[in-house]
Amino acid sequence: MTIALPATGTVDTTPRTDGIVRKVADVVALTGRNLVHIAREPAQLSDVTVQPVLFTLLFVYVFGAGVSLGHGGTYANFAIAGLLALNLTTSSMGTAVGLSTDLNTGVIDRFRTLPMWRPAVLVGRSLADLSTAVVCAAIVAVTGLVVGWRPGGSFLATLAGFGIFLLFSYALSWGCACLGIVSKGPESAQGVGLVILFPLAIVSNALVPTQHMPPVLRTIADWNPVSAVAAAARDLWQNPNPSASIQNWPMQHPIAASLLWSIVLIAVFAPLATHLYRRRTAN
Amino acid sequence: MADEPTIRAEGLAKRFGDTKALDGVDLDVPAGSILAVLGPNGAGKTTAVRILTTLTTPDAGRAWVGGHDVVREAAAVRRSIGVTAQDATVDGLLTGRQNLVMIGRLSGLRRADARHRATELLEQFGLADAADRVLTGYSGGMRRRLDLAAGLVTKPPVLFLDEPTTGLDPTSRVRMWDVIRGLVTDGVTLLLTTQYLDEADELADRIVVIDHGRVIADGTSGELKADTGGARLEVTLSVPADAAADALAPFVAGPVHVSHDGRRLRAPVRSGSGLATTVVRALDGAGIAVDDVEVHQPSLDDVFFALTGHPSEPDDPPAEEPAEPIGAHA
Repeated sequence: MTIALPATGTVDTTPRTDGIVRKVADVVALTGRNLVHIAREPAQLSDVTVQPVLFTLLFVYVFGAGVSLGHGGTYANFAIAGLLALNLTTSSMGTAVGLSTDLNTGVIDRFRTLPMWRPAVLVGRSLADLSTAVVCAAIVAVTGLVVGWRPGGSFLATLAGFGIFLLFSYALSWGCACLGIVSKGPESAQGVGLVILFPLAIVSNALVPTQHMPPVLRTIADWNPVSAVAAAARDLWQNPNPSASIQNWPMQHPIAASLLWSIVLIAVFAPLATHLYRRRTAN
Repeated sequence: MADEPTIRAEGLAKRFGDTKALDGVDLDVPAGSILAVLGPNGAGKTTAVRILTTLTTPDAGRAWVGGHDVVREAAAVRRSIGVTAQDATVDGLLTGRQNLVMIGRLSGLRRADARHRATELLEQFGLADAADRVLTGYSGGMRRRLDLAAGLVTKPPVLFLDEPTTGLDPTSRVRMWDVIRGLVTDGVTLLLTTQYLDEADELADRIVVIDHGRVIADGTSGELKADTGGARLEVTLSVPADAAADALAPFVAGPVHVSHDGRRLRAPVRSGSGLATTVVRALDGAGIAVDDVEVHQPSLDDVFFALTGHPSEPDDPPAEEPAEPIGAHA
């Protein structure tokens, strides 16, 4: 094998980009990289493709057979907002697992020796996971339409419902980023993530109305951000929303509560993740 | 700047808990030269590289790369270096091409430039056929070459290679040496770490030996070998013969040591071509039957034994053993 002189070559390798353009380019490069990862990891890919279909069918046909909503509302119309909440909440664990995997291989060291914008590692991760959340949401919506879900509001209101879900999912992924950074490895990130995210999704109005829950659980469920998000979407989609009769601020103002929750989560977890990432990669 | 070394370290110290990884290390690598940092596992080689490549900050001491302080001007240092770390730092779920394009983009190249540079490097490193394969289908040697290519995307003037051949089979190792030799031309300054004396010997202008975080020797490979007493001759006779030591005397460079059973003879030698043949002929001429003749080149163990008086046993078991044919070691 003959090796040409590496320092030679015809390609101009002078860095051409700078400032904000440079930061955006770094984020785009890493977002693309993470999407390739998700596409090539069967477990992660199934979380956003197979699982949403499976959950939707199982819940609508199994739970739907036993939950009575009154007023002639169908379980499918009630459940799709909740299933979106469930799927997007649990799939945000991908952020924790992906970041933890990166931190346990040499690839982060490679990034750290490059003259790149360092927060791009985190921003690129969160944007890749937002893209998969879009795919996941679309799959739940299509499955929902097949099993009889019908959003009743205007087209814009329907879109706004999805927007609220995606914003919340993006906010959760920053929380999961923190988890991924502090955990020892992808397995422990996944284990801890499940213990936090699964109750968060279930102890809510997502899958059953909260009215018949025991008092303690019911209070938690009615203040759970997941409940606010699901109630907001049901509101916008004119789907059955039993939580509308609950007299607390988030259930009376679910759209404002959802937006507020998402903004607070991002405001707390994005700087925290950046700080934890810096500390974790300091030495 | 012309006389300033491209890489300079003064009194680098780093501690991890109770372990002193580095205990006052000085290094100087003049522009356009190759320095090998030689030492066993756990000697502090990787820590030194991590400090010089801005991945770790030193507890004490200072270091400069291309005139920039590695702590205070880390961003400027990152613009002038290429790094191939000991752990594979290429992305196992991307293809070879995707890896190089991503690194080009993250180094500030335009998309088209990053693509062209990736193609150029893949061809130069014999990876063109595997360019669009995901890395899970790469051999260890291919991964290392891609890792090295990844460090060269921006044509950096300063390169750091941390144990570039550890864990490779002998063929891949020799191929890697060819690749590295190709880098030395055109003014690239290179610091590489290794556990193998022969590798340092093959590639470096100067060798620094470190042990327990301290520099214990510094010189050319010739100087180091002189310090360690050079090569060693070992002869095993079929039956003990008193005349054997005298027969060997003209060819050795020191006293001949005879084992208790009188069959094994050992002596320092200056290795030259045909030495083994000469020795066998001389013994045959003296009527002495020989079972085995070996000329041992000084190994890292010999260097360490000569320099420190203790063998080069790492404190913890080595993660990877040198890839040598089974049975090559006694």
